[in-house]
Amino acid sequence: MKLPIKIMRGGFLAAVAAFTLAGAAVAEYPERPVTLIVPWGAGGGTDATGRIIGNLLQEELGQPVNVVNRTGGSGVVGHSAIATAEPDGYTIGVVTVEIGMMHWAGLTDLTWEDYTPIALYNSDASGVNVRADSEWNTLEDVFDAVAANPGAHKGSGAGQGSIWHLALAGMLSGQGLAPNSVPWVPSKGGAPALQELVAGGVDIVTSSVVEASGLISAGRVKTLGVMSSQRLAAFPDVPTLVEANGPDWQMSAWRGIAGPAGLPDDVATKLSSAMEKVYNSVEFIDAMNDRGFGLNYLPSAKFSEWMQQSDAAMGVVMNAVGLAK
Amino acid sequence: MVDPFFVALELVFQPYVLLVIVCAGAFGLLVGSIPGLTATMATALLVPVTFFMDPIPAIAAIVTTVATAIFAGDIPGALLRIPGTPASAAYCDEAFAMTRKGQASKALGVGLVCSVIGGLLGSAVLMGATSTLADFAFKFSSFEYFWLACLGLSCAVIVSTGSVIKGFASLLIGLFISTIGIDLMSGHPRFTFGSIELLGGVSFIPAMIGMFAISEILRFVATADHVRPQIPHQRVTSVFEGVGRVMSKYRWNLLRGSSLGALIGVLPGAGADIAAWVAYAVSKRTSKEKEKFGDGHAEGLVDASAANNAGLSGAWVPALVFGIPGDSVTAIAIGVLYMKGMNPGPMIFLENPQILNSVFIIFFVANLVLLPLGYLAIRLSTQMLKIPARMLMPAILLFCLVGSFAITNSVYGVIVMLVMGVLAFAMEENGFPIAPTILGIVLGGMLEEMFLSSMIKSDGNFFEFFSRPIAASLGVLTIAVWVYPIMTSLKGNIASRNRL
Repeated sequence: MKLPIKIMRGGFLAAVAAFTLAGAAVAEYPERPVTLIVPWGAGGGTDATGRIIGNLLQEELGQPVNVVNRTGGSGVVGHSAIATAEPDGYTIGVVTVEIGMMHWAGLTDLTWEDYTPIALYNSDASGVNVRADSEWNTLEDVFDAVAANPGAHKGSGAGQGSIWHLALAGMLSGQGLAPNSVPWVPSKGGAPALQELVAGGVDIVTSSVVEASGLISAGRVKTLGVMSSQRLAAFPDVPTLVEANGPDWQMSAWRGIAGPAGLPDDVATKLSSAMEKVYNSVEFIDAMNDRGFGLNYLPSAKFSEWMQQSDAAMGVVMNAVGLAK
Repeated sequence: MVDPFFVALELVFQPYVLLVIVCAGAFGLLVGSIPGLTATMATALLVPVTFFMDPIPAIAAIVTTVATAIFAGDIPGALLRIPGTPASAAYCDEAFAMTRKGQASKALGVGLVCSVIGGLLGSAVLMGATSTLADFAFKFSSFEYFWLACLGLSCAVIVSTGSVIKGFASLLIGLFISTIGIDLMSGHPRFTFGSIELLGGVSFIPAMIGMFAISEILRFVATADHVRPQIPHQRVTSVFEGVGRVMSKYRWNLLRGSSLGALIGVLPGAGADIAAWVAYAVSKRTSKEKEKFGDGHAEGLVDASAANNAGLSGAWVPALVFGIPGDSVTAIAIGVLYMKGMNPGPMIFLENPQILNSVFIIFFVANLVLLPLGYLAIRLSTQMLKIPARMLMPAILLFCLVGSFAITNSVYGVIVMLVMGVLAFAMEENGFPIAPTILGIVLGGMLEEMFLSSMIKSDGNFFEFFSRPIAASLGVLTIAVWVYPIMTSLKGNIASRNRL
């Protein structure tokens, strides 16, 4: 059995070499590697941003930061793993907008109160995407068509009761239309929904504008509006909903770093100041801009308020559109 | 102006890039040949390293790692019956049967050469028809995917050996397992009994390792020493001996498998997995020696492993042209491309033609490098069979445990593996094939999702499934595949009755 052991040792060494790039300036905390849990799959947006932060955070902390994907259950599995970890600062994770949604949907009892907030680092507003050859050229065209023929046009973007589903339902109800006048076709995420859109399977896709950027530049998809208070820097031609004579409705997906509730103060302070440095580093800003991720920073106290507000707002919308249990 | 192709050649053929390719190839072989560690995991491990590289070596590292890791997944499959990827599960039993006949080197040699040729043909397709194929891929909506999933599942029953009824039952078990977890359509948890881990469904890789490897270990323990089938002494031959004859005999299979792989591989989300199963089933259906399938016959291996590696480059088509990832590996690769300031999309053809050409060339080089590296890996790994089984089995169990743990990063993966292992043991002891269960787990979620979203889109009108040209053709093909065996058996019955 000599060979496979050697093989394993080789793989292990390669993994260690990959993660041990920082120097070893040992302080009181951390004195051993930190695990960063990502509640979504490898290759997605949360994973990509989590890995960027993991790399930069290990330079700040002087210890390896291992990014671990704990996927499944619409984010419940990974979020639970962060909340139930030992509150010693050696297990932290990326917390996403879904933490304020899952408990309304009856999937878990977890809320923002089960975490020690460290920092918010990203938010991406939803766009309203249609096929490039669609006869709709403005948001008003879309609303008129939906009002004239409720139920005939289908929408997609992610799963049932997901953030992008809420984005569409909330926009319709803000416009005075029934939230289900555009029936939702659940999909695994933004990419398969856009595939459906281009293939002619659905008519409207609400998802982050970034996800559609490849298809926008290919001339296959056009974005009629973005659900934010200001236009996006990366897409200056896309109007906000209000500018496009739509409802005053904003919806974005956000991501932040948090640990389990009850993190010791010195650990939380250390992590917060490390995250602040990471967020302001040229490497982080470049990496986020390159992929088109929206930059949005809030320190721990403000992040806590943000999660609380987001949670309450989600509750209102999910009850209004009948997605809460 | 210099042709971007020659610029690309210059970019790739530099000592540093070539060194990266060789190292990445060796890394891919190491990770891929450890049971339970996957090509996706190898790629994810590479990401932090590629951070510090220029675009060309970064892409070279990823492409080479994936190509070699996918082939390396066949090694534990053939020697120990532990398939590395869902795709290699299609022909795992066939290769293992060859090992039992003392032909481990031949099985792996055929697999290696077919992988290389399939990979090269796939790369040629990628190079020649990227935009055409991308357009083709974007004609697929949920209706087309539904029929494709049906075709894939029908293949499971065709592929399985023995009773058709038992194969079908096995498929239904797999479909049932795929319903566990959160239902995507309604957001309801199903069969989870309040367990958080089960919300995420039954993890596929641990289930596959359990069904193949753990059941094999259980069978070893359960049989008495003197009736235990011994893996015969492997004939010490060169890896490539006899491979040439197989290749020339099945050259059309090779071409057919590669084409199927390249075609099905470009469809985002379906990819190489379905391709290998379909290729294997087509091979069995059209073979002149159907009865030899499942008993260590090289023909199906040729089709399936060629399709597997050809599909690999296909997955890059939608990724490069539209930024839509075909599988988890290309999703990671897209991330790396963005980091290097090369945003995927049609503009990549205009803005960075030399980089795009480099990607194509790297695919060729990576597949060529696979040949000598794979040869070495086969030579080394077949030594393993000289170890007495009573020492090998505990070590296999250990690797299975480590591998399943690594997939989910929790004990949950280990539990899934053990439960599925016991289930598979019980099934095989009673003559139920396990391959259909595996495919049921892989495709069950997709089948249900595509059916339900199609029904939502069509407001419940089933005829919409035939309203689009590609969907209608796939639908008719699928129904023909279902009806044909019934017709022939009916005809047989009538004929035999007439004789009476």
